[in-house]
Amino acid sequence: MLAFAILIILSSVPVVSTLMGQPFYMTFFLRIMIYALAALSLNLILGYGGLVGFGHALYIGIGAYSVGILVSLGVTNGWIHLSAAVIFSLAVALFTGAISLRVTGIPFIMITLAFAQMFFFLAISLRQFGGDEGMTIPVLSNFGLVDLGRKSVFYYAVFSILLFYLYCSWRLINSRFGMVLRGSKGNDRRMNALGFPTFRYRLAAYSISAVMCSLAGVLLANLTGFASPDYMAWSLSGELIVMVVLGGIGTLMGPVVGAMALMLLEEALSLCTDHRMIVLGPMIVFTAIIAKRGIVGLFATSEGERR
Amino acid sequence: MTFPMILTQALNGFQLGVLIFLMAAGLTLVFGIMDFVNLAHGSLYMMGAYFAASLWNVTESFWIAAAGAIAGGFILGVVVQQIALKTLFDRDHLDQVLATFGLILFFNELTRMIWGPSPYFMGLPEGLSGAIEFFGITYPVYRLLIIGVGLTVAFVAWIVIQKTRVGMLIRAGASIGWMLGALGVNVKLMKTLLFGVGAALAALAGLMAAPILSVQSGMGEPILILTLVTIVIGGIGSIRGAFLGALIVGIVDTLGRTMLPLILRQFLDRSIANAAGPALASMLIYFLMAGVLAVKPKGLFPVKNG
Repeated sequence: MLAFAILIILSSVPVVSTLMGQPFYMTFFLRIMIYALAALSLNLILGYGGLVGFGHALYIGIGAYSVGILVSLGVTNGWIHLSAAVIFSLAVALFTGAISLRVTGIPFIMITLAFAQMFFFLAISLRQFGGDEGMTIPVLSNFGLVDLGRKSVFYYAVFSILLFYLYCSWRLINSRFGMVLRGSKGNDRRMNALGFPTFRYRLAAYSISAVMCSLAGVLLANLTGFASPDYMAWSLSGELIVMVVLGGIGTLMGPVVGAMALMLLEEALSLCTDHRMIVLGPMIVFTAIIAKRGIVGLFATSEGERR
Repeated sequence: MTFPMILTQALNGFQLGVLIFLMAAGLTLVFGIMDFVNLAHGSLYMMGAYFAASLWNVTESFWIAAAGAIAGGFILGVVVQQIALKTLFDRDHLDQVLATFGLILFFNELTRMIWGPSPYFMGLPEGLSGAIEFFGITYPVYRLLIIGVGLTVAFVAWIVIQKTRVGMLIRAGASIGWMLGALGVNVKLMKTLLFGVGAALAALAGLMAAPILSVQSGMGEPILILTLVTIVIGGIGSIRGAFLGALIVGIVDTLGRTMLPLILRQFLDRSIANAAGPALASMLIYFLMAGVLAVKPKGLFPVKNG
């Protein structure tokens, strides 16, 4: 029920915001959906794989810089941007994943964070591409018929991708692959004893998640017309985790609900005070202490919906 | 590249190394013994720096600033742990990451509210602000003091952990915590105090860094990341690993930043070297970490368990 309510709300935003004459809301919800895409991809490894990746903003950054750097080199074809983002994020995920998945628990958290910081500093030192100030992207990715310059087209494109991601996640976690992944979260040793090379499954899940997340970066760069090292800052990685946990970790809709809740909350708080983190920080601590199943858990009535 | 220049940079690297060690010593014990992910360790460092700078600006006494920062760090550590973190000790790492992430955001905003968004500075008394000459270089006294303090803390930590009963309990706790509890040791109290001491060491690092860096909101995160890299390289829960890892990271990072662009210029075109040099230098310690992990996933100096 909650899932349908959310999707109906999201699908009607452009109509309502046009009727109200408030185009700001369309951009705002576009942002929410793009972060929801990133949170959905993080949920694959965090919720179903039990891998606390604290560096997922890295892949948002890779997506954004794929657009930024290619546009500054004169390439505006969106499909090329997309391919570059996919190839580069896949390569980075395979490299960092192969190393960081050798360990679990606290070291994994620290290593994913450290690798994300590595690319953060790399982006800062790329002076020809804006350095620490970031780079403006004057031209949007050109996807042929889908004209991202028109906000409503952009909105429904992202909405379709969101539906597609939800469908993919649902298929993936209920497939044999997803079963192995969830099994290795529950008891990795037993899965190994059953003959599953879980390392490969985890690496595959990590890479899929990274590639999915990089698409969010491509979209974000197109929305803001900007790519900067801030897109891979550790604080954004942290916020993605907050979205997943707040919405309901390991649930299909959780990341979408979480992204919406967190960003609406941030927006509401910044209307009331200049210091929103003074409220939001303790709220995150509180969420960590009490929230077992997130917002989705509050609404779940039957066992079936909870999944 | 002349000898005095290398010596200066090596000393700078050493000085960064001991600062990282002050952070890593507390954090690695919290990781190792409590199995607790404390990302807010950088915030304690930041608060230490702010405490020190404020006390200095009021009293103009370095020693009052030092005492205040360390005591403040200890109290803050214990208070934060009792209010927010105590219930999370037995939970999974994700909840701990989340809670301490929230604390980072809170403390960064808190310092902005109290001290304002612009950087805050801390001066030095006359005795410490000069420089001395040796081996053909002029080096600030205060930076030598940082190195001295770091080495002293490392020595005391080594004595305490290897030679005293308290240290024996800490080592035992790092191996099998619940067994220590079963033998009648108040593990809870031990953990509280340990967390407080770790916080005090972080505040000490903040105090030592305050006069040479600008004290500002968010200053804790860069050094936190370096500390995490150090702990991964050195091995979780190992003070020896924290010390040697910190020195390796400090020296590699500092020397890399100055020497790598110069070395690259020998092989590459000047413009390429100028662009690639800083980029590669800032990534150097992460490559180092990746290399160590590829060979030894438990770090260079892991704690031996039974």
